[in-house]
Amino acid sequence: MNDPSTSIIIVNNVIKQFGRFAALRGVTAEFDAGQFHAILGENGAGKTTLLRALAGLAQPTRGEISIFGKSPREACREVGYMAHPSLLYDEMSGMENLRYFARLYGIAGDARCEEVIRAVGLDPELTRAVGQYSQGMRQRMSLARAILHDPRVLLLDEPFSSVDVQSARAMAALLKGMRDAGKTVFVITHQALLLEGVADEFVWMHAGQIVDRTASLARSGSSAGDVQ
Amino acid sequence: MNSLWSVILATMVKDIRLEWRSKDALNSMLFFSLLVVVIFMFSFDPLAEESRHIVGGLVWVGFLFASVTSLNQTWARELRNQVLDAYRVSPAPANALFLAKALGNFIFVAVLEALMTPLFVIFYNVRVVGPAWQLLPIAILGTWALVVNGTFFAAMSLRTRSREIMLPLLLFPISIPAVVSMVAGTTAILTGEESAHFYTVLLLTYDVVFTTACLALFGMILHAE
Repeated sequence: MNDPSTSIIIVNNVIKQFGRFAALRGVTAEFDAGQFHAILGENGAGKTTLLRALAGLAQPTRGEISIFGKSPREACREVGYMAHPSLLYDEMSGMENLRYFARLYGIAGDARCEEVIRAVGLDPELTRAVGQYSQGMRQRMSLARAILHDPRVLLLDEPFSSVDVQSARAMAALLKGMRDAGKTVFVITHQALLLEGVADEFVWMHAGQIVDRTASLARSGSSAGDVQ
Repeated sequence: MNSLWSVILATMVKDIRLEWRSKDALNSMLFFSLLVVVIFMFSFDPLAEESRHIVGGLVWVGFLFASVTSLNQTWARELRNQVLDAYRVSPAPANALFLAKALGNFIFVAVLEALMTPLFVIFYNVRVVGPAWQLLPIAILGTWALVVNGTFFAAMSLRTRSREIMLPLLLFPISIPAVVSMVAGTTAILTGEESAHFYTVLLLTYDVVFTTACLALFGMILHAE
């Protein structure tokens, strides 16, 4: 368990119900700054719901979440969120998308947009609409959108899905660089082997609860589940 | 305040750009309005005097139905790829999104009105007896009345399964006072039989009340799950 005095994210007995179905069943955890957390678990374990709650998109039915001492919505400037869908307009180019989202964060000019597009390995001059991008390019542009406002916490839901191994490794290395720069990174993935040696901690979820937190992929007394 | 207007401007420019590329809303509105003009033209064969009494109703009912297609499109494009979540996790104010959408819809419906009004005038042989300039405030206030509630209720029905049905069900009843004022005001000006001042004030009051209510409630709608 982490030292509460250094924890930047505190999740306190969070329950999230959708009708009668409980997606999160009393999740309690604390997370330190500058750590890379890989969140693992089978489908329906509650990983995405936990990430959405941390992003302020899902209001807990009970319990509290604190990020830098604020509610997730108040802390939105400190948090970057990348969902499974791209959260991008298919009809606009990557640069046009980022330019729009930059305005939402009060970022003027194109310099920052160009910087993050280059950081994820894409070309800011690309005029093609995002709808015509390959899945891998779309994932990278989605990551560019999430890091646009230079957040201190990154919440990434399956960033490596539908991405070829080489691009996935490049993205993992990029995320590791962000962790090294002091960012706190959360990644939900079913490709946990990609994060071996990258993630500081593997957070195991099952049936809406965190059941284990380990420093490596090896879990005591349990199989690796859906780890590929 | 500065950030509110910059977000409104950025969102409006983005919406106009998306509409310019897809032409989803404008095409469906124009096609629908054209159908209304043609069908009504074959259904009635009014004299010029009769036209002045009925054309106000035909025009505004046509625009009301046509605007529903645009209003549904506004939010539908925010659902694709869950782009609305990107707005929800940003610090941009909810009201900026609402105002940008409402202003964008106002522009789209105004373009439709500018294109379709000459057709109504030609096909129904309309000659204005009263002060024609007074049609402008009625058109501006009436269009805003349609789009401000329409934008709000379209957002409200966004996550419902049958949102295309939900929007008219919610919008039409609440628009009755505005539509009555628009039709009566337009008819008053076309026939020159009475002053449209009362209807203009009624529309202005309606707009102020509903714009305030929509702005006060939109944050809840945006962040609802």
